[in-house]
Amino acid sequence: MQHQRIIDKHLEELKEKLLNMGAAVENVLQLAIKSLVQRDVELARKVIETDKLIDDAEIDIDRFCIETLALYQPAAHDLRFVIAAAKITPILERIADHSTSIAEATVRISKAPVMKDYLNIPSAAQKAGEMLKNALQALTSEDAELAREIIKKDKEIDLDYKITFDGLLKQIIENPQITTTAAQLLFVAKHLERIGDYIKDICELTVYMKEAVFIKHHGENKV
Amino acid sequence: MDSFSERETLATEKIKAEVRRLNFYYGSKQALKNINLRFAENKVTAIIGPSGCGKSTLLRCLNRIHDLYPDIRYEGEIILYPSLINIISPKVDPLEMRMRVGMVFQKPTVFPKSIFENVAFGLRLQGEKSKSVIEGKVEKALKMAFLWEEVKDRLHRSAYDLSGGQQQRLCIARVLATRPEILLFDEPTSALDPTATAKIEELIVSLKEKITVIIVTHNMQQAARISDYTAFMYLGELIEFDRTAKIFQNPSEKLTEDYITGNFG
Repeated sequence: MQHQRIIDKHLEELKEKLLNMGAAVENVLQLAIKSLVQRDVELARKVIETDKLIDDAEIDIDRFCIETLALYQPAAHDLRFVIAAAKITPILERIADHSTSIAEATVRISKAPVMKDYLNIPSAAQKAGEMLKNALQALTSEDAELAREIIKKDKEIDLDYKITFDGLLKQIIENPQITTTAAQLLFVAKHLERIGDYIKDICELTVYMKEAVFIKHHGENKV
Repeated sequence: MDSFSERETLATEKIKAEVRRLNFYYGSKQALKNINLRFAENKVTAIIGPSGCGKSTLLRCLNRIHDLYPDIRYEGEIILYPSLINIISPKVDPLEMRMRVGMVFQKPTVFPKSIFENVAFGLRLQGEKSKSVIEGKVEKALKMAFLWEEVKDRLHRSAYDLSGGQQQRLCIARVLATRPEILLFDEPTSALDPTATAKIEELIVSLKEKITVIIVTHNMQQAARISDYTAFMYLGELIEFDRTAKIFQNPSEKLTEDYITGNFG
């Protein structure tokens, strides 16, 4: 006997806003990586400009969540969805910030000597892009199982970071001329590692929304 | 309902009353079906559910108000702790039960008497003769009901001079004067404006330090704000009982979720 409640239209709008923001952030991450790997400064500048739009989306969703709580007093799953949306929005914004920083690194190293390879950065970038895509899919379909699977993948990005870090240090010692580029790439590797952590946070909130369980900081705590 | 989870939920609570296998009939119509539910002492328990679910019927079993009407029947038992009295036993005097388990109704039911005499009414019924004892108890009850400051200078004026919210607090003071063990509220704020409602809600929360409170309400936010435990009823059955914080964040039963989120057709 389900019917269309007044709150439903509002919740659907919130979901749409969240997914639009998620898609925009996913796009920014992909383009930032592309700009880095292809040394495309034009593309990097485009990414940097897009960041403002994502900041605006964050504020818009913040307002919308508060309004939903104030006007509709959601309970149970509705409440968990609004809380999850309010917490996921700033995480998405952070991912966009890190992507912008990667694009800025692209601009900075564009005139510096080219390095022979970027070690595990492309691998970490590909994994991060894939993880974010899947995390947004898990969020949309409220698939807690998928979310739990994605969380495990974060360890692989952490490993890529370690390999890249050690490799870059080695190259700096062997060839100090590439220090500027290598230092920027160290930052890029760290940005990717952080993005992996943020995607993990999104997945934890998806599990909370679906199952009312807090799974962060080890262990599971039921509401 | 999973009775094990109910045991777990109330594991750390002292129990004030226990409803066991309760059936209740109006004539041949069964209004309550095998209700098993315990009420924690010095806590507020809210009973929620759609109209006709049996929540008021259950509340009215707890102080034998049903006995005022013909052709009703109880089965099972309601044990009051620590005295172990079965409230619904035919051997128990309903009048005594109504002193020990007080009730406040949807609309204020003040008597056509002075403010003072409204509160003194139960005390006189209990046989109290001493003027000074009665005065002391009336003042104490009015203070407990957050009404004393507003009426102390006009105690002998008609209770009808009070506003709706004040009349409701006067009814609460009248019940409190006879020192009941449990206080039942049946939609106590549905006829009141938001300010008067807020006062009654604050009063209920403060009262639980001294008394066990059970409230029937249609207002979900009210149940969420003031109760520690919530029971959800549907078609005469208890569907779910849990901590209020659990019920409103993550109810176990789909029926409960549909009800509290307004998804009932």
